[in-house]
Amino acid sequence: MITIALYLTIGMVTLAALLNVYRLIKGPDEPDRVLAIDTLYINAIALIILLGITLGTRMYLESALLIAVMGFVSTVAMAKYLKRGSVIE
Amino acid sequence: MSQFAEYAISALLLFGGAFTLVGAIGLARLPDFYTRLHGPTKATTVGVGAIMLSSVIYFSSVDQGIDFSEILITVFLFMTAPVSANMLAKAAMHIGVKTVKDTEGNPWHQ
Amino acid sequence: MFDRLNFPQPWLSWVLFLTWQILSDGVTGGSVVLGLILAWIIPQLTHGFWPERPGFKKPWRMPAYILRVLKDIVIASFSVAWLILSPRSPRPVFISYPLKLEHPLAISILASTISLTPGTVSADISDDNKTLLIHALDAASDQEVINDIYNSYEKPLMEMFQ
Repeated sequence: MITIALYLTIGMVTLAALLNVYRLIKGPDEPDRVLAIDTLYINAIALIILLGITLGTRMYLESALLIAVMGFVSTVAMAKYLKRGSVIE
Repeated sequence: MSQFAEYAISALLLFGGAFTLVGAIGLARLPDFYTRLHGPTKATTVGVGAIMLSSVIYFSSVDQGIDFSEILITVFLFMTAPVSANMLAKAAMHIGVKTVKDTEGNPWHQ
Repeated sequence: MFDRLNFPQPWLSWVLFLTWQILSDGVTGGSVVLGLILAWIIPQLTHGFWPERPGFKKPWRMPAYILRVLKDIVIASFSVAWLILSPRSPRPVFISYPLKLEHPLAISILASTISLTPGTVSADISDDNKTLLIHALDAASDQEVINDIYNSYEKPLMEMFQ
């Protein structure tokens, strides 16, 4: 049963990632695109966790943690760039 | 693995996947930037949280003992989602992103 | 020299220490030593960013608050999901929320809570820390949202911090 649920969930998260890519391409403003990338990295974390469950290993958790940290920092950096025109003042 | 754990894991997985999808649908179809901000900050964060929880239950019921790394990632996501939403909202107000026609009230000038 | 060997922010040090134990593979002698070093050095390095101490008066109320917020987050995501999937278009509102809290940490906890719960995102704070700009996805009236937030989140936080 878990296998079926797992594949269904992977399908749903992949569809979600595709919708995020749609918003990333369509825009129309820069904050929309940054928001789309922000959501995309959270979906990538979900996909990595699901891959870990599928393969029965915890090895991928470290990379999920790294993506979480780097994704947050880059979102904040991009938001700050949009607001101030520079990242580090 | 017990029957109960199996049901719980499957339910949490489907719940998480559905919410991640709903967050993305919101991002794709809501009318303006400020309303789009709501989908990812809530639905997606909750969805990923549920998937993490199912992973915790799965690995602790299979064999390897309890490990809280997933909880750490979830707590991190729950702490950072409001911060990035706030930064993006400020950036959007600075740029002057258009609001949908029937919005009441106005964003502040930056 | 030993004057500097203190922990200016015991809460932060505890959180750092426990986080390090969770991150490393099992609690061993090495991870405890490294955790202690990190718990000492990071508060020292970031001291300049946190000039005032977190003014918790009743920290034991925090777990109840977190549980309540978690429950609200799950309920909130159901209502937001319903709004996203329903065909009618939402009625978004910008609300100026008058803050009664004064402590900066309390305000940031309130703002984060608002962002995570029913249909609201905190968008900005005025320069004098008195007003919070909130964007609500679907609100019947300003006053209703303000009363909701005040009763369920700001009041408990005020009891904790003042």
